[in-house]
Amino acid sequence: MAMRLEVPPETASPAGEPPGQTEKPRNKPGGWKLAIKRDWRLYTLVLLPLAYFVVFRYLPMAGNVIAFRQFHPGGSIFGEKWVGLKYVTLFINDPSFWQAFQNTIILGVLTLLFCFPMPIIFALMLNELRSQKFKKSVQTVAYLPHFMSVVIIAGMILQNFSMTGTVNQIASTVFGTTVNFTQDAGWFRPMYISSEVWQTMGWGAILYLAALTRVDESLYEAARIDGANRWQQTWHVTLPAIRPTIITLLILNIGTFMAVGFEKILLIYNPLNYETSDVISTYLYRVGLESSNFSYAAAIGMFESVIGLTLILSANALSKRLAGTSLW
Amino acid sequence: MVNEPVVKGTTMTSSELKEREAKTPAPKLPAPKRSAPKRPGRKTPSQKEAGVLVKDMKESRGMKAFRVFNLAFLLVVVFLTVYPFLNIIAQSFSSEGFINAGRVNLFPMGFNTETYKLILADSTFWNNYGNTVLYTVVATAISMVLTTSFAYAIAKKDLKGRSVFIGIAVFTMFFNGGLIPNYVLISSLGMRDTLWAVVLPNAISVFNLLIMKSFFENMPRELEEAAAIDGLTQYGVLFKVVLPLSKAIVATMVLFYAVANWNSWFQAFLYLDKPELFPVTIYLRNMIAGASNTASSAGGTVENLGQIAANIQSVTIVLTVIPILCVYPFVQKYFFSGVMLGSVKE
Repeated sequence: MAMRLEVPPETASPAGEPPGQTEKPRNKPGGWKLAIKRDWRLYTLVLLPLAYFVVFRYLPMAGNVIAFRQFHPGGSIFGEKWVGLKYVTLFINDPSFWQAFQNTIILGVLTLLFCFPMPIIFALMLNELRSQKFKKSVQTVAYLPHFMSVVIIAGMILQNFSMTGTVNQIASTVFGTTVNFTQDAGWFRPMYISSEVWQTMGWGAILYLAALTRVDESLYEAARIDGANRWQQTWHVTLPAIRPTIITLLILNIGTFMAVGFEKILLIYNPLNYETSDVISTYLYRVGLESSNFSYAAAIGMFESVIGLTLILSANALSKRLAGTSLW
Repeated sequence: MVNEPVVKGTTMTSSELKEREAKTPAPKLPAPKRSAPKRPGRKTPSQKEAGVLVKDMKESRGMKAFRVFNLAFLLVVVFLTVYPFLNIIAQSFSSEGFINAGRVNLFPMGFNTETYKLILADSTFWNNYGNTVLYTVVATAISMVLTTSFAYAIAKKDLKGRSVFIGIAVFTMFFNGGLIPNYVLISSLGMRDTLWAVVLPNAISVFNLLIMKSFFENMPRELEEAAAIDGLTQYGVLFKVVLPLSKAIVATMVLFYAVANWNSWFQAFLYLDKPELFPVTIYLRNMIAGASNTASSAGGTVENLGQIAANIQSVTIVLTVIPILCVYPFVQKYFFSGVMLGSVKE
């Protein structure tokens, strides 16, 4: 800071750069010509990343037109000719699609019901711990599943729920029977949700813990003086303090509602439990990439993305109106 | 442990920077407040205060019960979280007979290290492991170059077109092209069965980009301005002034990307058909798919073998997880400070 005052303009000019190049004209509105002349180096930094976004993010978005066009593998990525809503009507009349749709909704709702509140409870319980050391160790262990590859998680799920796995060891000791969890359609949802809770509870608490460290201590003091007991303090001080975080995460969770753990399901499901395990994304994966019905699958994919976008926009608008907190 | 000071450095620098900017007076208020109500309370214990004290004492039994319950609950959580890992380790050292009899849980039964020898002697495993290392290094390097340069540019508040650039990036967080168009695109770009199909499509994580952007925004502008006056170009400022001061955030980002790349499997699963190109996650996935007899797609090399022993799977899982476990203590801390940074700014 002091340096700026000490450096006389003469030292700067011989170096070939106009003095104060980054400071002086910055705030003045100017045309693109001026901006490029001044900041061309910054724009060169932007070029490659922008190219990345255009090619790998926006081109595929545009590529969704194949949902309405005939597509030949090896041909144009935008398809050959318009076929209108052919593929849309096709999937709307497809019972397998509706089954996948129903499974997606059910798994989404269950995920929201079980995986959303658990981190909050976990964070609140961690917050009650007196020993910081113990708290740190619990956190360290609890975050671990988050850093595992989904392939490893899937391997663990399948082993723990296998006929000889731990869950069946317990089942045979306690109930005297074993269950083929990995192949029985009726057990897919409990298996999926419990593994999801296992995987997300610790890491999901991290933002709440961050919010909890920012709660004003004097609020507890005041509540105590007013005669609030521990539960009332939690209810009236802690929860309101982390409410914005809860709402933000709820919006995000609702927004990703349709994207239920695609990779994980793809790894752990099998034809015997499609009845309950097949979700939209796995279904479109099979029709699209295993049976090469690209346009048909693209139509389903687009439907899914549009629902996802609608969900997040409406959740955001709703919370803006009802709770005064929103993502943007 | 070696990196611990660096971690502290992270928080130190960022908080220092914030202090310099004097942007955050709000969070500092609680400190003086905290002590304020206590003092009058101690000096003049009013009737109300006494009442509170009595109530606190009455509650102490309930509180104690709660504390015990809380502790027990958290210990159970810890046990349940670690259990699958311990189980895998136990299985990896157990003999197949005991596993099939359903007798292995926490400790190895019928101790055997033959499987480790077998896998470690498998050239496919080492080839795939090497591929994972290669993909992780290349992908992380590409990601870092793209993310850093973009984050640095869009952190400049008066760069014309900045909001458009940010918008372009952020929109992709909420809407994406979807599986099929991506697949069609990568295939038509001729990237199938090449390294590029694995390292390019997810090169920029917008989440990481935003964290880096907010870090650069918090840097004191005076530093850069002084450097510019000294005759450094914008490139010079970035490489000689900004990046040397950003070692902590750069390290964080490298870890973020490296872990994600090490763990990724789906890109490779979609676009690579040749077994000699597979990363180790695909090696493992094919084993699992073979073991659970999933009627699965192309790319499986071991399907025909039918039942793959749980023991072999466990060994592979352990060998794949080891590098992650080695960096985990650092990564975990970095991730936390990264998330804090992101959440504070947004």
